[in-house]
Amino acid sequence: MSNFYTDTPELKHHLNHPLMKRIVELKERNFADKDNFDFAPVDFDDAMDSYDKVLTIIGDLCENVISQNAKDIDDEGPHCANGRVEYASGTKANIDACRKAGLMGIDMPRRLGGLNFPVTPYIIAADIVSRADAAFENLWGLQDCAETIYEFANEEQKQRYIPRICEGETMSMDLTEPDAGSDLQAVMLKASFDEANNCWRLNGVKRFITNGDSDIHLVLARSEEGTTDGRGLSMFIYDKRDGGVTVRRIEDKMGIHGSPTCELVYKNAKCELCGERKLGLIKYVMALMNGARLGIAAQSVGISQAAYNEALAYAKDRKQFGREIISFLAVDEMLSLMKAKLEASRCLLYETARMVDVYKTLDDISKERKLTPEERQEQKTYSKLADSLTPLAKGMGSEYANQNAYDCIQIHGGSGFMRDYTCERLYRDARITSIYEGTTQLQVVAAIRYVTNGSYLNQIKTFEAATVAPEFETLKQRVAAMTEKYAESVAKVEEVKNQCYLDFCARHLVEMAGHIIMSHLLLQSATSDADLFGKTVNVYVRYAEAEVQKNSRFVLNLSLEDVELYRH
Amino acid sequence: MSLKIVVLAKQVPDTHNVGKDAMTAEGTINRSALPAIFNPEDLNALEQALRLKDAFPGSTVTILTMGPGRAADVIREGLYRGADNGYLLTDRAFAGADTLATSYALATAIRKIGDYDIIIGGRQAIDGDTAQVGPQVAQKLGLSQVTYAEEILKVENKNITIKRHIDGGVETVVAPLPILITINSSAAPCRPRNARLVMKYKRALGVQEKSALGDQLPYAELYDQRPYLNLAEWSVADVDGDLQQCGLNGSPTKVKAVRNIVFQAKESKTLNGSESDVESLIVELLDNKIIG
Repeated sequence: MSNFYTDTPELKHHLNHPLMKRIVELKERNFADKDNFDFAPVDFDDAMDSYDKVLTIIGDLCENVISQNAKDIDDEGPHCANGRVEYASGTKANIDACRKAGLMGIDMPRRLGGLNFPVTPYIIAADIVSRADAAFENLWGLQDCAETIYEFANEEQKQRYIPRICEGETMSMDLTEPDAGSDLQAVMLKASFDEANNCWRLNGVKRFITNGDSDIHLVLARSEEGTTDGRGLSMFIYDKRDGGVTVRRIEDKMGIHGSPTCELVYKNAKCELCGERKLGLIKYVMALMNGARLGIAAQSVGISQAAYNEALAYAKDRKQFGREIISFLAVDEMLSLMKAKLEASRCLLYETARMVDVYKTLDDISKERKLTPEERQEQKTYSKLADSLTPLAKGMGSEYANQNAYDCIQIHGGSGFMRDYTCERLYRDARITSIYEGTTQLQVVAAIRYVTNGSYLNQIKTFEAATVAPEFETLKQRVAAMTEKYAESVAKVEEVKNQCYLDFCARHLVEMAGHIIMSHLLLQSATSDADLFGKTVNVYVRYAEAEVQKNSRFVLNLSLEDVELYRH
Repeated sequence: MSLKIVVLAKQVPDTHNVGKDAMTAEGTINRSALPAIFNPEDLNALEQALRLKDAFPGSTVTILTMGPGRAADVIREGLYRGADNGYLLTDRAFAGADTLATSYALATAIRKIGDYDIIIGGRQAIDGDTAQVGPQVAQKLGLSQVTYAEEILKVENKNITIKRHIDGGVETVVAPLPILITINSSAAPCRPRNARLVMKYKRALGVQEKSALGDQLPYAELYDQRPYLNLAEWSVADVDGDLQQCGLNGSPTKVKAVRNIVFQAKESKTLNGSESDVESLIVELLDNKIIG
């Protein structure tokens, strides 16, 4: 019987990265839980073995339950009746299977009912769930919101809510409003304190809320009367058991049909403050958003994998002119590029996940005891790396997912345009990944500061200092040449000293950095497993080299006056 | 109310995924070429047992299986999905058992477990397809039995209500506890393995598996600290069995010969798909009572 985890050896390669030793050591606090929980690991190898075994369960569910239900869920979709959401029947079956398998609250601590998994294995799970059904990943992945409660709510709230999430109650993050999308500072949902009942009340409307009829909501609302910017916003927890929020409608979307996108009406809904007042947007949403972006990066990689698998299977099966179409180089080249983009974005995804793991776990430890100066330094370094890599992983990963879904249809030819094949669903599902949780354009805005402050270049220099297998030495030199082009382009932009010019060139610079970083990560992977990554790194570096060339040529040839050509 | 439930489970060769090496030249099953799995209908039975446990907290689900040392896999699989414990009946003297000797061995083990409310197993195993063992165990223990069960609807006042899958429909029956039930493949599929339970029991080993590892046993100290990692094995003597009724000795069934049958189409008919062809095929199949 096949299994979405074991049939993709690249996943285990990333799970077994050397940095996991440090991550597990931190996450398990010297394996202190082993005497209190019968499922807690006793040492590093035991922990790794447990991640592997649990991922095998998820891979089995993905193959035999979630992917099997995906088409029916896409056709049926959820329904809205009497102010509530009714999931598609396959969605209910998926949620039930995940609950029974104990796969909710994966990264929450054991004392609150979780499995205490690091982010990295959790992201592997998100990767394969997305491959099975990207829409279901949205529902399953929202367990990530528990992280916000864990990080910012008080202990009593943690004890009350997190075990429920680990038992399988669903979550949503209610941020967007009709007039507050990318610009969340404009959120108007009103939170007012009800003195008589000593609680907060919510009034207003939210729009485009994924899984909006969830059991436990995180809600961004304006708690400070008279304010108009982000500093007047606080985070609230709304418990569906208390009532007061109804679903006015479900959006009719192009893709991810299984994930209900809701318009919500709050009528005097009782809620409670999460964390401190006024920090809702500036602190909590920013933290929540980084987690969510990593989730979308994983969703993108999962879709890329599904698209590659579908395209490969079809190209091997379909015959034209008396032979399988995969034997035509035009088709094979597309497949190789799909694979290269898939594995490049996957390398970046797990590199980011590991950085997040180290700094978040140190953050958590700092609440229990004072960090040593070395640990504080480590925390700072990894936190910066995670912040700089997250927009790259989300931005470029989602663009690759779209490109792979497009090529997957192309390989299917006319059949791909019909609704008979999975590729058309992948194409529709992929489309949102480069839009939600911050568009690709906003990822560029988040990433450009790491171009100008030299952070990406420093990371690249660290990669350059590492040794690669002799067979990849030439490739490494080609990547070094790409880096020179990148540095030259950055220098040119800085020389112009004009914000408008920088903004305009930002996309090109960020893409170049992404291509180079992914090339290095693939070189490292290929050095540790040449059979698995040897061909892919060769294909990717050649592709990236051409892309960097293109971007740098554009920037170097662009004058400040040229920017005016692009104005309407 | 809490229930004591025993699930009868068998490790079988995966006959649904048969490769070309599945049979030996002598026409017997080549067990080494087929993966060993939890008999599918026994998994359906396990699900019904676990649902009762969910409905009646405090209930226990015990897996009982007979086989060689590696059949401990079946117990682990049961534990991964929510069973509380298990027993592996394993002894050279149990080997070569037909359904009569198998049901004898299981019945003696169930007596030893004692105080049971419900014995539940799959309708039949995919290697023998006899569907005899469940009913024979019931007979030996003097229990009521409900076969071809699809769903346990309720348990109250020492009575159990069961939906049976029968030709052309379903039948709902009420029977007194204790009872033996065999479950049909049309019943709900078994729940997945549970992450916590897999992590808890992943190192659980039977006595033979453990001794085969000897000094190589990883995490040896854990087996004293965590008794549940030691899976119980019972010999004929452990269940006070009569050697004459066990294994080959207790099996009146004698296999005279096994022949390897290759199906060959003796006659064939080509239809071109026209209306009249389809019509005549329907009439022919109706006449032959192949469809009705």
